[in-house]
Amino acid sequence: MNLTLHVWRQKNAQDKGRMETYQAHDITPDMSFLEMLDVVNEELVAKGIEPIHFDHDCREGICGACSLVINGIPHGGKRGCTTCELRMRNFKDGDEIYVEPFRARAFPVVKDLMVNRSAFDRILQAGGFVSVNTGAVPDGNAVPIPKTDADRAMDAAACIGCGACVAACKNASAMLFVAAKVTHLAWLPQGKVERERRVKKMVAQMDKEGFGNCTNYYECEAVCPKNIRVEVIARMNREYLRALPKKIE
Amino acid sequence: MSTIGLEKPRSLPAEISYASVGKKVLMAVTGLVAFAYVLGHMLGNLQIFAGRERLNDYAEFLHSLGWLLWVIRVFLFAFFVIHVWKGIQLKLENWASRPQRYVKNNTVQASLSSRTMIWTGLAVLSFVVYHILHFTVRITNPQYQKMVDDLGRPDVYSMVITGYQNNLIAVVYIIAVGLVCYHLTHGIASMFQTVGLNNPRFQPVLDKIAWTLAVLIFLGFISIPLGVMFGILQLPGGGL
Repeated sequence: MNLTLHVWRQKNAQDKGRMETYQAHDITPDMSFLEMLDVVNEELVAKGIEPIHFDHDCREGICGACSLVINGIPHGGKRGCTTCELRMRNFKDGDEIYVEPFRARAFPVVKDLMVNRSAFDRILQAGGFVSVNTGAVPDGNAVPIPKTDADRAMDAAACIGCGACVAACKNASAMLFVAAKVTHLAWLPQGKVERERRVKKMVAQMDKEGFGNCTNYYECEAVCPKNIRVEVIARMNREYLRALPKKIE
Repeated sequence: MSTIGLEKPRSLPAEISYASVGKKVLMAVTGLVAFAYVLGHMLGNLQIFAGRERLNDYAEFLHSLGWLLWVIRVFLFAFFVIHVWKGIQLKLENWASRPQRYVKNNTVQASLSSRTMIWTGLAVLSFVVYHILHFTVRITNPQYQKMVDDLGRPDVYSMVITGYQNNLIAVVYIIAVGLVCYHLTHGIASMFQTVGLNNPRFQPVLDKIAWTLAVLIFLGFISIPLGVMFGILQLPGGGL
């Protein structure tokens, strides 16, 4: 099939950037969205045009590197699916497709469709960890954890940190990401030890990075490739309220 | 590029008024109070259908509270101011969080009411100002100040009916109450999420409860101007 692409091109962080139109020829329905862009890039290179830059790594939906806002929806709008897993069979011959980078003040554009998502790393460094001494592997059942708690922690831990929640949120809020991290640790006994300090520090860092505030649109959960529910945000709000009166170091 | 926060932890009031989640909690709590007030106000107003005596008795009772009435008013005013102030502040921050907008915008599941909270909110704010000037301070229609009933009390009953006999005023009230209730459809469900009382099973139920309450409140309020327009509610003795 043949498609018309409107792609955001931006030379570097300082460049103003603009939309450019390209044609994608002979795309097969089994290609992934990124493979389609590879084909377009081949053609651009042959014509002597700089190829479209975009983030990608594993191309199997587990690394969180790929991004892209496709027709206004991060990862293209297929539920529980990253851009690299999105197949071209979800489009029709002759479609016009808008491809833009994730937009947020906290995610500055590096080039074209690549954005700098290190704000997420700094939020994790602020509290998204458990302080334990390393050493021998502890015995598997030394700390009893109810199955339901383990499952819930695992559901939240499925977050791959891609940032689609921020890109989809009308406020560019990072709440779903931060809440997934806070919640997955707070469900487990190892994480409970530092829960107050974690939630306060991570929220403070999130605010400092310039993400917006949550106004409960729930757009984030609709685009999350790992189907993380806004329940984790409610959970984090509860964690936060619980930590509010407590002094932290 | 920002560094990782190593600054001192914030005090409790600072945390509530500066942290994103804290501000949201303020919105939820002040919103809950405003919602409770709206509900009470509607129930109080419906006494108009029980006749002139009943409504004027109720008005007299409220005024007889004296200093307590002022405590309630100041308290409500403070909550209302916080709700408006934090709401505007949050919105400005949210706009600033996405300086470059998308060329192609799309919405998957965010409700229209959730996306228009600032506009319905500001419209309600301007309505509240008018409403207080109209029926509480009574300076838009000073003739209300002279209305007294047979016992010499302020005649709230006649004031309301005279007010809504003006079709323009009646329509403004109906639209304004509609906006209040539309604001509530998102607000009622949203405050539970903000204070952490939500999960996937509870959420659809909450949405239904929010819509049901909002529709009931809407019907309750508009029954009065409609009652006047259709002649169900009439002035005592056919007019003043």
